[in-house]
Amino acid sequence: MEVESTASGTPTKLLHLTGVTAGYGAGLILKGVDLAVTKGEIVCLIGPNGAGKSTVLKTVSGLLRNAGGSVVFDGADIGKLSSRERLHRGIVHVPQERSLFPTMTVWENVVMGAFILSNQGLVRQRAEEVAEIFPIVAKRRSAAAGSLSGGEQKQVELARSLMLDPALILLDEPSIGLDPKSRTSVFASIASLARDGRTVLLVEQNARSGLAVAHMAAVLEAGRVALTGTGQSLLEDPEVARLYLGASAQGPAAALATR
Amino acid sequence: MKLAITRAGLIRAGVFFLILILVPVVGGPGWLLNTLIFTIMYAALSSSWNLLGGYAGYPSLGHVAFFGIGAYATAIIFTGSVYGGYAPFFVLPLIGIAVALFSIPIGWVSMRTRADVFAIVTITLLFITQTLAFNLKNFTGGAQGKSVAPAPFDVSTYDWPFYYAMLILLAIAMGISLYFRRSKIGLSLATVRADEDKAHGVGVRVTAVKLIAFAVSAGLVAMVGGVWAYYVGFIYPQFAVDPLITIGMVLMAFLGGRGTLWGPVLGAFILVPAQEYFAQAFGASELYLLAYAAVFLVIMLFLPRGILPSISERLKRRRASAAGAARDSANAAPTAIPTSEVKAVR
Repeated sequence: MEVESTASGTPTKLLHLTGVTAGYGAGLILKGVDLAVTKGEIVCLIGPNGAGKSTVLKTVSGLLRNAGGSVVFDGADIGKLSSRERLHRGIVHVPQERSLFPTMTVWENVVMGAFILSNQGLVRQRAEEVAEIFPIVAKRRSAAAGSLSGGEQKQVELARSLMLDPALILLDEPSIGLDPKSRTSVFASIASLARDGRTVLLVEQNARSGLAVAHMAAVLEAGRVALTGTGQSLLEDPEVARLYLGASAQGPAAALATR
Repeated sequence: MKLAITRAGLIRAGVFFLILILVPVVGGPGWLLNTLIFTIMYAALSSSWNLLGGYAGYPSLGHVAFFGIGAYATAIIFTGSVYGGYAPFFVLPLIGIAVALFSIPIGWVSMRTRADVFAIVTITLLFITQTLAFNLKNFTGGAQGKSVAPAPFDVSTYDWPFYYAMLILLAIAMGISLYFRRSKIGLSLATVRADEDKAHGVGVRVTAVKLIAFAVSAGLVAMVGGVWAYYVGFIYPQFAVDPLITIGMVLMAFLGGRGTLWGPVLGAFILVPAQEYFAQAFGASELYLLAYAAVFLVIMLFLPRGILPSISERLKRRRASAAGAARDSANAAPTAIPTSEVKAVR
């Protein structure tokens, strides 16, 4: 099954997974994942623990190689490329766990996002731009990243992910472990990424908030895509609501209110 | 992360090396030059160790193996009295490069482990090398030892070539250390030391920079070993591959501050003269080792991160509190890349 493109009818699939299998050691976690991400959209992947959501992101960013199937990005099969080569192509992965270097300053961490670039002038210019989008970067510029709160660190991580002017941002559970207020601001940041035309593949345990910001969404179950649709349609789907939203289907207003 | 070469830094280095260059010319008591040769030797060893143990965060306890390999390489090439003269010094770069290349597979295997496991794996390297030195009798002379071609230098200035050779090696080790700090290699190593997975995530070539640090460090140590062998003239497995040399270079870097440019040098200039003094004061007994350990323990108790990082942290804190500046303390030493986080072994 495949996520259909938007109603525009001219699909520009930036990322296309077909029958992707992958796993660690003996067992396969992904058992044939079909998924497509259209340029400029936020696609949200939801599903129970262990379904393979994070693994999907890892096969896209190259932290894990797919055992079978194909990972096509911008028209080319990238399945054999290293994570560094995929970074060069503009795929940036923001992992679930804290990924800032705690003893480096906020600014150094942001600059590290462009580690693979050699043009220091460009790097500095990007960092200044990013600091405008994420005020925390300018405000806590020379503080050690480890001294920031979890929510602040996540904002810095999002800021850092923009340093390569990425074609695709992979966000793994950005709201995990955050208080409600920080969560709201993280989702606000993700929504603003979409307004800027960024393409985002988002994995979110907090399904209601994730679906609310997503254009398209897919439900991953036991290593396969079980259901796809627009974020809105999944929010309203009674089955999805029962399984993943922890309540009966509610309107978007309710969804927004509870996030 | 990159550090500019400041005027103060240049002056500091200039004064340091100028004084050391002038010492033999100015002269002094007979023991001075001999003690300085070993002090500078340990400063060079510790600075070289620091490239891997300090910047990359891989605390090798087997580096004396490369010291011994360099020493035996010199002894094997310049055996008997056919060669001699300055030739052993000119062959050193070749020994350094050969040992650096030879060390790459060793580094590749051993650096699949981290932290304490890495330390233990490298200790085995030490004992394997020592065992080989004892047993490959055709090459090393085994326990009978091996003589190096005698150096045909004038008695009054006999120590000078060795002294300056050690000094040049120290300058090279510190130069590479400075280059590491100012380049992407240093930045890569800092991320590797902090967290290799995170380093991967931002596109650091983790394996490559680790191997560069390992090979450069091993090659430098081997060159120092070569000068040492020529200086002492006769080498034995238990002295060329002596665990005390490994411990010395590690302790000096810890004492002065690992991951800093001057820390290993400072550590050597404190510990080597202290060791010599205690050895003399306590005579032929091994008591001096206890005194040596006591000095180290006292300093580590009061300056646990090493002298330079602790001092600059204190200075910074004082400056920060004087300015009433916002809290910014976790990022300690401006001259040091913090080494506090030890990554769990996987």
